[in-house]
Amino acid sequence: MTRIRLIILTLLIAIGSSAAFATEDGGEGAQKKINPKEIIFEHLGDGYGWEVPFDHHHRIPLPIIVFGTDGLHCFSSARVTDGQTYTDGNCQFRIAGADSDHKGKIVEIVDGKESRPIDLSITKNVCALFITIIIVAGLLIWLGRFLKNHPNKAPRKGLGAIEVCVTFVYDGVVKPILGPQAKRFAPYLLTVFFFILVMNLMGLIVIFPGGANLTGNIAVTLVLSICTFLVTNIFANKHYWKEIFWPDVPLWLKVPIPIMPVIEIFGMFTKPAALTVRLFANMMGGHMIVITLTLLIFIFSAINPVAGGASTVISLIFSIFMLLIDVLVSFIQAYVFTMLSAIFIGIAQEGEHEKHEAEAKHEIGKEIVDTLV
Amino acid sequence: MELFTPDFGLIFWMFVAFGVLFLVLWKFAWPMILKGVDNRADLIDKGVEYAQAAKEQLDNARQEAESYLNDARRQQADILRDADKMKTQIIEQARVAAQAEAQKVMDSAKLQIQQQQKEAQQQFRNQVSEFAIQIAGKIVQNQMKQDQAQDRLVNSMLDEIEKNNK
Repeated sequence: MTRIRLIILTLLIAIGSSAAFATEDGGEGAQKKINPKEIIFEHLGDGYGWEVPFDHHHRIPLPIIVFGTDGLHCFSSARVTDGQTYTDGNCQFRIAGADSDHKGKIVEIVDGKESRPIDLSITKNVCALFITIIIVAGLLIWLGRFLKNHPNKAPRKGLGAIEVCVTFVYDGVVKPILGPQAKRFAPYLLTVFFFILVMNLMGLIVIFPGGANLTGNIAVTLVLSICTFLVTNIFANKHYWKEIFWPDVPLWLKVPIPIMPVIEIFGMFTKPAALTVRLFANMMGGHMIVITLTLLIFIFSAINPVAGGASTVISLIFSIFMLLIDVLVSFIQAYVFTMLSAIFIGIAQEGEHEKHEAEAKHEIGKEIVDTLV
Repeated sequence: MELFTPDFGLIFWMFVAFGVLFLVLWKFAWPMILKGVDNRADLIDKGVEYAQAAKEQLDNARQEAESYLNDARRQQADILRDADKMKTQIIEQARVAAQAEAQKVMDSAKLQIQQQQKEAQQQFRNQVSEFAIQIAGKIVQNQMKQDQAQDRLVNSMLDEIEKNNK
């Protein structure tokens, strides 16, 4: 009973405070109408600074690194906030405005026109990437050291949880799919799994070290699936290539016009493409729903304070629910990406006699994905 | 839309970051983790096997011990029986030996007794003959005091000798 009372009390406080925020925003918003689309895409997208909680105007400045017309430029993003133009040497930089083609990106002004330089800035996403890497490397090296220093001893608590994830993927995915080749590809697949998992989970944390929508960014998922593509094809065996260029089909399907080889080659690229889009869309969708639910409060508050108060409760409950689901989805997506990568690699590893088995596995994998997503 | 156009900077950093992460983990984490996990799994498998073997051995050992115990009991009974037999044998032997010894002692005693008897008889006879001679002497002396008697004796003796020579 006390727990339920506590929950109700917390909710009431949350409603009160958010209502207060809502009215405050409403005060400002009287002049400036809420644009949900802009807010959503601002949160989903990248940025040159990192938001600070409870403050819309200050951001943690991050370094901007660009190759302009006369070479490398490196400066803090604080110099170009709010549309300011920064002159570094002979070049002028600013963040393009809403009406520009390069909206929200750093541009160089050459002869009064905006042009996009080669931009290697440490943006919010890149910074989050580095944080993720430090976390993943730290956790796994910690676990590795523990296992090295305490052979034959099972880790407990936090380390135990990490080890459970490792064995879950290693024994549950890598070993059954790749069989004797498991040890060879396990480092790659496990790295991918933990990298995606931590990126996903960090994305769910709303404030500073998290909050970057990394796996919901197509560049990140694209790179990951390119890596899987490279691993698949570089380590592929003869049989795999034979299946692509001279598959086991009636001759007329491949001799005058190479229909099947073309389809197979196309298939080589659709696999990583599917990987890219699957992870990207799932994670971005999750973020988008949570943001939309939160925005509902402000949209309704702008119409009517009472409706705002009511929608606060509902939105809060639903966004908490969605966030909890997203925690699950974070894990599932990391797992699915790893499993599909393992299946693609496994298909490229298996010989003639194992073909049907591999196909069956592939089918099972697809089925699981379809049911989950 | 910005979301669907991958940003070059992010792709570049992602490649770098993922590459670095992979290399770092490949060098410093995965070998140890996978080795550790595999080793522990092996250890557990071996442990289970060992425990099963140990249990079997224990069962065998119990049976063996049982059989040893039975053997020992049988041997004990045998030994006891042997000892019993030996005991009666020794007693028998001892009795026989004792009997023989006693016989010997008795025989020698008998012999001694006989000898002593003989000696005593001898002595007795000697004494008796001595006494007889003395008595006879005395009688003869008494008789000889009378001359007639002496003559008569000589005559009777001569008669006797004559009778014999005839």
